[in-house]
Amino acid sequence: MTATEFQPAKTPVRQPILQARDLVKTFGRVVGLDGVSLDLYPGEVLAIIGDNGAGKSTLIKCLTGAEVPDSGELKVSGQTVHFKRPQDARVHGIETVYQNLAVSPALDVASNLFLGREERLPGPLGKLFRVLDTKGMRRKAKEELTRLGISTLQDVTVPVENLSGGQRQAVAVARAAAFGSKVVVLDEPTAALGVRESNQVLQLVRDLRDRGLPVILISHNMPHVFDVADRIHIQRLGKCAATITPQSHSMTDAVAIMTGAATA
Amino acid sequence: MTQQQTAGPPAAGHADPAEEFLDRQTPLSRIRNVLHRYPALSPAIVLLVAVVVFGLLNERFLRVENLSLITQQVSVVGTLAIAQTLIILTAGIDLSVGAVMILASMVVAQLAVGSGTPAPLALLLGLIVGLAAGALNGFLVTRFRLPPFIVTLGTLNIFIAVTLLYSGGSTVRGSAMPGLLTWMGSTFPVGPVRISTGVVMMLLLYVAVAFILGKTAWGRHVYAVGDDKEAARLAGIPVNRVLMSVYLAAGAVLAIGAWIQIGRTNAASPNAGVDLNLDSITAVVIGGTSLFGGRGSIWGSLLGALIVGVFRNGLSLAGLDVLYQTLAVGILIILAVSIDQWIRKVKS
Repeated sequence: MTATEFQPAKTPVRQPILQARDLVKTFGRVVGLDGVSLDLYPGEVLAIIGDNGAGKSTLIKCLTGAEVPDSGELKVSGQTVHFKRPQDARVHGIETVYQNLAVSPALDVASNLFLGREERLPGPLGKLFRVLDTKGMRRKAKEELTRLGISTLQDVTVPVENLSGGQRQAVAVARAAAFGSKVVVLDEPTAALGVRESNQVLQLVRDLRDRGLPVILISHNMPHVFDVADRIHIQRLGKCAATITPQSHSMTDAVAIMTGAATA
Repeated sequence: MTQQQTAGPPAAGHADPAEEFLDRQTPLSRIRNVLHRYPALSPAIVLLVAVVVFGLLNERFLRVENLSLITQQVSVVGTLAIAQTLIILTAGIDLSVGAVMILASMVVAQLAVGSGTPAPLALLLGLIVGLAAGALNGFLVTRFRLPPFIVTLGTLNIFIAVTLLYSGGSTVRGSAMPGLLTWMGSTFPVGPVRISTGVVMMLLLYVAVAFILGKTAWGRHVYAVGDDKEAARLAGIPVNRVLMSVYLAAGAVLAIGAWIQIGRTNAASPNAGVDLNLDSITAVVIGGTSLFGGRGSIWGSLLGALIVGVFRNGLSLAGLDVLYQTLAVGILIILAVSIDQWIRKVKS
């Protein structure tokens, strides 16, 4: 496999890929985010956990352009950015896999990977008649899947609806991770999956990390979080209560911090 | 926890038992998978069987003149079915296709005969009428987020009323029109067969639309929007722009359908084509395109239109009353939708 060619980026480079400083977001009188800061380093899995209403989803929406924060600063690779819509975040290489799986069931795997960014044939056929480069896209889809180490998807011409839940999740993750993205945000990727399929997806997250692609993981599932995360950002009442690691704290500690029974 | 342990080890080495279970197929489910993959296959089989059966029932059925007649009979509905397919693929439905076509045909005929507009200009204005009607439908569907069924139920009545107001309820005869307007009704010999220009036009439209749907990003986006609108939006597809362009394309196809209709009936009548809306939906449904959107093939709709034409023609040649043709079409529709439902159950 190509995995040996890549140096697993276990030691984070000190320049964060994504930086958030003092994000504030209010909805009327409800405070969603009350000054949250966050750093994401290359080659790490950062989990975000928190109780319902702690501001997890608001934080993620602000990071991915689905919401615009009232104040605060966002930086991608040290450069200040302002996301007004999800496409803005995508342009900067931040790709999100939504909980409801944004895949088109009737289209095949390759078409789904290239959905919304199809490639045309070179020459007059592509320019004048706008003919798609179906073969090229299938070949590139295969290459990307190999590069990302996704082995559960062998045939890129299979319609997505014929795949298992875990494989569909892999398609969604592959689309987010492919084509030069810098950050992958996964919103509850294992929520709808069985045990075996959850393990596949968690392995996929580790593989992405080992290839140097940082992942933000939102999950309710503590064992999954402690299984794959390098660092854990705990949201509580609109603020970051603590950032811990699976080595420094136990699951019980994390739950205690989440509910306010303890501090880090 | 115990589940996790049992699930862990076997995944590593040999084949997973769950995977084998998924791959095990009965002959029936294999057939279903094939039909699922090629939506035009089941109507093709039905058409073939129907042609053979009707050919055995009456030797006149398979004569070239009769087959040529069938193609001419389906040229108008076949063209409307193209527009209908595009819209049904986006999980919509267009009840106004027939009304738009009649409106366009009346505008073209009245302009050319009544006010002496040159025929090419009249046809161009007819095209604009078709596009405008499509734009109205598309605007109401995308901006006001109304269900296409309701929108086109409304515009169906509006277009019928506008047609009657505009034409004063009178028919324009083909003999009074310039030759270009009735050109679609003319036939030319190909070997022993006479082919009408309208049929050629319809086939050209099918080839063009099949190409666009199958080979361009736009075509793929049409399927994606019909398949799962939200997923398409999250993938960065401009859903409303795709929907709008589908209704505009349908309008353009309907305007060309108006030209074919004038040639076929050798007249432009505001009262023609009352059944055309439903006939076009029938052709699309029998052709295997799913009313839920995102699944189907344009060639299936041509086959669907041909199936209806073959049944009507074959049953009347067999000496059966017109009522039995209607009965047969009704049964075909219900069968087609049942098969579609069954096919869609593939690993749901």
